[in-house]
Amino acid sequence: MTVVFDRPKALLDVPTHYCPGCTHGVIHRLVAEVIDELGILDKTIGVAPVGCSVLAYDYFACDMYEAAHGRAPAVATGIKRAVPDSVVFTYQGDGDLAAIGTAEIIHAAARGEKITTIFVNNAIYGMTGGQMAPTTLPGQVTETSPYGRDVKTAGYPIRVAEMISTLDGAVYVERVSVDSVPNIIKAKKAIKKAFEIQLQGLGFSLVEVLSICPTNWGLSPNESVKWLRDNMIPYYPLGVKKDATTGEVK
Amino acid sequence: MAQKVLMKGNEAIGEAAIHAGCQCFFGYPITPQTEVAAYMSRRMPKVGRVFLQAESEVAAINMVYGAAGAGVRVMTSSSSPGISLKAEGISYIAGAELPCVILNIVRGGPGLGGIQPAQSDYFQATKGGGHGDYKLVVLAPSSVQEMVDFVQDAFDIADKYRTPVMIMGDGMLGQMMEPVEFKERPKKELPEKTWAANGLRGREKHNVINSLFLKPEELEAHNNKLQEKYREIEKNEVRYELYNCDEEMDLVIVSYGTLARICKNAIKMLKKEGINVGLIRPITLWPYPVEAFDKVVDKTKHGFISVEMSCGQMVEDVQLAVNGRKPVHFYGRSGGMVPTPAEIANKIKGIVGGAK
Ligand SMILES: Cc1ncc(C[n+]2csc(CCOP(=O)(O)OP(=O)(O)O)c2C)c(N)n1
Ligand code: SF4
Ligand SMILES: [Mg+2]
Repeated sequence: MTVVFDRPKALLDVPTHYCPGCTHGVIHRLVAEVIDELGILDKTIGVAPVGCSVLAYDYFACDMYEAAHGRAPAVATGIKRAVPDSVVFTYQGDGDLAAIGTAEIIHAAARGEKITTIFVNNAIYGMTGGQMAPTTLPGQVTETSPYGRDVKTAGYPIRVAEMISTLDGAVYVERVSVDSVPNIIKAKKAIKKAFEIQLQGLGFSLVEVLSICPTNWGLSPNESVKWLRDNMIPYYPLGVKKDATTGEVK
Repeated sequence: MAQKVLMKGNEAIGEAAIHAGCQCFFGYPITPQTEVAAYMSRRMPKVGRVFLQAESEVAAINMVYGAAGAGVRVMTSSSSPGISLKAEGISYIAGAELPCVILNIVRGGPGLGGIQPAQSDYFQATKGGGHGDYKLVVLAPSSVQEMVDFVQDAFDIADKYRTPVMIMGDGMLGQMMEPVEFKERPKKELPEKTWAANGLRGREKHNVINSLFLKPEELEAHNNKLQEKYREIEKNEVRYELYNCDEEMDLVIVSYGTLARICKNAIKMLKKEGINVGLIRPITLWPYPVEAFDKVVDKTKHGFISVEMSCGQMVEDVQLAVNGRKPVHFYGRSGGMVPTPAEIANKIKGIVGGAK
């Protein structure tokens, strides 16, 4: 019998705590498949954030850290500087990366740290029960924007991929989505490229992944996927934002 | 014997760290410790090590968390407001049981305070600073030579117990030029860092650097383990100096750091007037040298006086150590005001009632 589908070696054989339909699990799998395909499990070190993926350290088979809220890029910097031949990635949510940890991600990118960031944008604070995130869309109802995000008082969402792509130290930045099979395949390609950039020692790479949070969006997984497509993708256009290896800047 | 060289405190600290095998240094400029970072930025690349100026103290301490977790010797330095920013990271480091050395060249507070020497971060250093039940080993040098020796000791203590160690000095010590010797130290037997998360590299099970324990019983067990370690440190690592404490005394000063040197001058002045005063100089501010008090409590007529460059912080530990057996007095200046020997002597005369 030939095995056509199996658990990647980079993921441990444990159940995750994610809600049914949550795409955090899909994104974990993509990262793990890339680690397997590149054959780097032995020297990869991951940094989990504070957010729904806080327990990612129990799921990935490589050495792992749990960082303080928003500080994963600084922790990753410390690791990479201490062990330069390792492959270091951070896995961060939008509250973690784009609110409390804004300084850390911008400066890690600006320094051209040879790390890879997987940035999971679900337009909400998932773990704490659905509060407004820096990426929450105008008009979007959350626990702390009960009348819809009013840009007059709560300001505008941050387009992280575009912002990071303006920094010279960032070598590869792409926004992808996991709302459909074709997009999931593209997401994996982007993640693989981001890791390869690191392996080549070129600098900082970031993949922003649009992701769903059925629980806090108050929608079924299917409705969530449609909501992402109809609302998030228009505001957060997919595609490569910067690829310094080809000179592409969008 | 190694040669003596004349060095400024802030630079001697950096050189001592390099001697101790410090592999990475992460800092952020703040007076009066910027020279430590500047020295490291010059020297670390020359010896093939890492110097990095972080974007903030918050980032710097989290870089320390990263490097310490990977098993290398790592250090950061700052001054009071920067240490406040580092408090969250220090709590994580203590929780995740990572060894590292943190230097605080204390300046006056609260808030932005001032840039002159102070000891007003005593509570922050010894009673927590960050959240949760944790302790820092806190070493308080009073000379540039001690600064050098303690930096090296600090790395050993940190590695031995998997715990963050703080060295607390002040701007006087940082700026002071004194001859120092970088002694050849016998290699300490230290536990191997089998817990380090530096890549599997053939290891079967992954290592995880973490301070999260969601189950209450697991977090309590973890806290109990930390407490056991702290009891062990209390047993093994207490350090202090007793000065002029052999005979019957009119009073005993308790003072640490550079201020303890000033107190010694006050003691000499008083001696000429026939007043005999001893000194307890705590070297570890935590664990606090309670046993020093037991040794002298019966020999002091008027009890103790805690002399500090703060509005009264260490005096609380003096009271705990004395435990009502003798009176405890306090004299302090703050804001960067450094007490003179005459000032201290006068205060003491007020307590013991002038010349006998
Ligand atoms: C210093 C600090 N502030 C606040 C929190 C509480 N907190 C935990 S998770 C979180 C939000 C996480 O949201 P996000 O990064 O978007 O991740 P998601 O759960 O959506 O994947 C917050 C605010 C914390 N743990 N630490
Ligand atoms: S709360 Fe949202 S982001 Fe978190 S696990 Fe559930 S669905 Fe996923
Ligand atoms: Mg989120």
